[in-house]
Amino acid sequence: MSTRYFGKPVKRNEDARLLTGKALFVDDVELSGMLHAAFLRSPYAHARILSIDSAAAKEREGVIAIYTAEDLGAYWQPGPLLVPPPPVPGIVFNQRCQVPLAKGVVRHVGEPVVLVIAESRYIAEDAVNDIVIDWDPLPVAADLEFSAGANAPRVHEDVPGNVAAHAHQSKGDYAKAAPGAHKIIKRRFTYDHGCSQPMETRGVVAQWDAKADKLTIWDTTQAPVVIRNGMAAMLGLSERQVRVIAPFIGGGFGPKIMMFYPEEVLIPWAAIQLDAPVKWIEDRAEHFVATTHERGQIHDAELAVDKDGRIIGVKDVFLHDTGAYDPYGLTVPINSQCTLLGPYLVPHYDSTFTAVFTNKTLVTPYRGAGRQHGVFVMERLLDIAARELGLTPAEIRRRNFIPPEDFPHNHKIIYQDFTELTYDSGNYGPILDNVLATIGYEHFLKEEQPRLRAEGKCVGIAVVCYVEGTGIGPYEGAKVQVQASGKVSVVTGIGTQGQGHFTSFAQIVADACGVDVTNVEIVTGDTDQFYWGAGTFASRGAVVAGNAIGQAAGIVRKKILATAAEHFECAETDLEIEDGRVFLNGVPDHSITLGELANKANPMRGAVAPGTEPGLEATSYFGPPMGATASGAHAMIIEVDPETMMLEIKRYAVAHDCGVVINPLIVAGQVQGGVAQGIGNAFYENLVYNEEGQLLNASLADYLLPTSMDVPRMEMTHTETPSPLNPMGIKGVGEAGAIPVGPLFAQAIEDALQLPLRNVELLEIPLSPSRVWELSQGGA
Amino acid sequence: MSSTPESEVKITLMVNGRRHARTVEARMLLSDFLRHELGLTGTHVGCEHGVCGACTVQFDGQPARSCLTFAVQAQGHAITTVESLSPAPGQLSVLQEAFRECHALQCGYCTPGILMTMQAYLAAHPDPSEAEVREALSGNLCRCTGYQHIVDAVLLAAKNLREGAKA
Repeated sequence: MSTRYFGKPVKRNEDARLLTGKALFVDDVELSGMLHAAFLRSPYAHARILSIDSAAAKEREGVIAIYTAEDLGAYWQPGPLLVPPPPVPGIVFNQRCQVPLAKGVVRHVGEPVVLVIAESRYIAEDAVNDIVIDWDPLPVAADLEFSAGANAPRVHEDVPGNVAAHAHQSKGDYAKAAPGAHKIIKRRFTYDHGCSQPMETRGVVAQWDAKADKLTIWDTTQAPVVIRNGMAAMLGLSERQVRVIAPFIGGGFGPKIMMFYPEEVLIPWAAIQLDAPVKWIEDRAEHFVATTHERGQIHDAELAVDKDGRIIGVKDVFLHDTGAYDPYGLTVPINSQCTLLGPYLVPHYDSTFTAVFTNKTLVTPYRGAGRQHGVFVMERLLDIAARELGLTPAEIRRRNFIPPEDFPHNHKIIYQDFTELTYDSGNYGPILDNVLATIGYEHFLKEEQPRLRAEGKCVGIAVVCYVEGTGIGPYEGAKVQVQASGKVSVVTGIGTQGQGHFTSFAQIVADACGVDVTNVEIVTGDTDQFYWGAGTFASRGAVVAGNAIGQAAGIVRKKILATAAEHFECAETDLEIEDGRVFLNGVPDHSITLGELANKANPMRGAVAPGTEPGLEATSYFGPPMGATASGAHAMIIEVDPETMMLEIKRYAVAHDCGVVINPLIVAGQVQGGVAQGIGNAFYENLVYNEEGQLLNASLADYLLPTSMDVPRMEMTHTETPSPLNPMGIKGVGEAGAIPVGPLFAQAIEDALQLPLRNVELLEIPLSPSRVWELSQGGA
Repeated sequence: MSSTPESEVKITLMVNGRRHARTVEARMLLSDFLRHELGLTGTHVGCEHGVCGACTVQFDGQPARSCLTFAVQAQGHAITTVESLSPAPGQLSVLQEAFRECHALQCGYCTPGILMTMQAYLAAHPDPSEAEVREALSGNLCRCTGYQHIVDAVLLAAKNLREGAKA
């Protein structure tokens, strides 16, 4: 089999549609007689609803229906628990899932209370303003540490201490080992991860076809199959009566996989009630409070090292803000707990977390999904240990790497996929070497930095490392089929939000079936096209769906050759496939097209032999036993203006290992986009709440996303340690770039301003210029 | 008769070279008019408060936020949208082709606004530096790419347009 496309920087198949404005996004769905929805959302973080007066709204011309929780009858149910708590001994988990419309009490600003359906969105919003609610404001648990305290108001009356969950995991025996340490570094770290802010907000369009008894839902979801199954169950329909289409999605980054958002549950229900198509598109103001966040954790952590800087153990106790409800289970804090260990040998680990309910928007995974928080803690601890031992940050990391012969490496704690956290493969030394070489680490430290400092410039350098568990199960599937046109069709159950699946998947199939990459047509995210699947999350699309597609394409290749061998009356080994044609070795003029073979495999007369199937198609499923571990290192040189604390990134280097690469262009784009989000997170993205649980910066004018002026050009190197867990050897890359940027910023700013000389340490993220100024002045 | 936001107003305007006469509510945004009245859904709405730039169209040739413009303000004016860029069906403009070449888009949601901004920019600034391109691009947010490939694409398009003009 040729590898004409696999591994090459193939230009994307989907681009022409996107560049000409022809790609269908959810808000582009226009249906005859379509109605429009708007929500009245809670303006309070915590309040009782005493009464709702919708009389004036009902009178408004163009208003079709108004629904409160009471109007939903038996359909009103708390959402399902998406991810149950992992099998960790002694784990506490209090399941409190979100409801479609608040009944009696609201628990965060933005929680939907009334649904209005009208002839236009303009009228629906007018009607929302007509509705009068008598609120009885309740005490608010907003700040994370305050909410975990004894005197905090309860978010859920029956949950004392606002404890959503409590989990302890350990390996070795930290308490016994720590007293033997040369040094114990102990600090408090706070890390806030903000929110994802995809350029397209969420949206749902639902159409009920009463004649066919069939519901069609267009949804900005990352997991259309799961939405289909859930909606069918909730509405009392069978799965085949519900079709969920996730068309082109304008970025996801995690929060578009929170099943089920209230709007996702309500819009299809309203479409059935009213026997009319209904559209709801979230506006940006709603997005800030109604789409899930990731936000923050507070870690009290300590690192025990020997005199050479080798890690003896880590102890960590942390609080995790889960928001008002916890339908996504413990994925985020479990990721923090596990990813903290990084690429290092940690003989003794003792980690405890408490997930805390707060009167704020729900927390679910956002690109990195808690990994950032853990990586920040470990990397900062190592930085401090290095300083106290007189080592460079690079050297202390190198001394602690898991050696390449020590894989698979089992950490003996439970990961988000419920298996033991085991790194399948890795080779960390060369990654660090690469990133140090790219950035010119030694040269900068020995020559550049002293020279620039002598000129009065505040320049700093930093290097950090991380691992990322990617490509977890349970499974994905795909059907590959040669069409009579000679083009090859691929359908898979995952959704796509810009990852280039129309191209990377096509590359796999084009090589297997011997067609041009542009002649492979991919369909993602349509449950009528492919029935089974889990979704696009955890950097798993290429790993899991990609391997399913590879398997199916391999079977189709065999069928192509078998059918052609029959046609040519020759052995399969005498055949070659190229440019959509099969021919006898060395006789390209004597050929048959794949389209003709597809027709031969689907005869109008004669019989399909017992045990065979018509057509040239195959369906395959792939489920890895556990996640594949990707890894990397970032390095950065910055200059800080000591008066304004504004920083300029002079150089940014990335070295990474995501196993075998399908398309380096797409991988580069994923890494660059991830780093950009990491920069926003490290530098200034911060959801600022007051004590009343009001989000004070709920607009893109106030919650700043990085612009083209903020994100530097990145210099990248790749190393390739193939994953043994899948036939292609690939690992995920979607989240990698975003993960290690926080500690990189902290280390670089400390170095640039020589803060340790003033006994100032940067132990929090984000680090905006104003915050760095406060901290550098000794402020708390 | 006093007019209200709901008052219906008759407007005539040119969109992508075609004349349209419609009656719209005074409060209707130009972005909604283009998308839902004319079906030109290539123009995307990202924030509805003028920050993200996804809804950028050209208003008499100048980039403008269609989410901060009422449809009635376009009375008598010429609007161009992303749908007008390709020179012929199935073909891409030089700028669009450069975006494809450089992998300058991922989800593609911000892309139409960026194309409308940078197409006008390159027409006025045929030989920009990287720093100038970054500044011109800074009013358009992209959450996927980290901008590097977009900058590369705009610089490539500028080069190709200059060479095309010489040829």
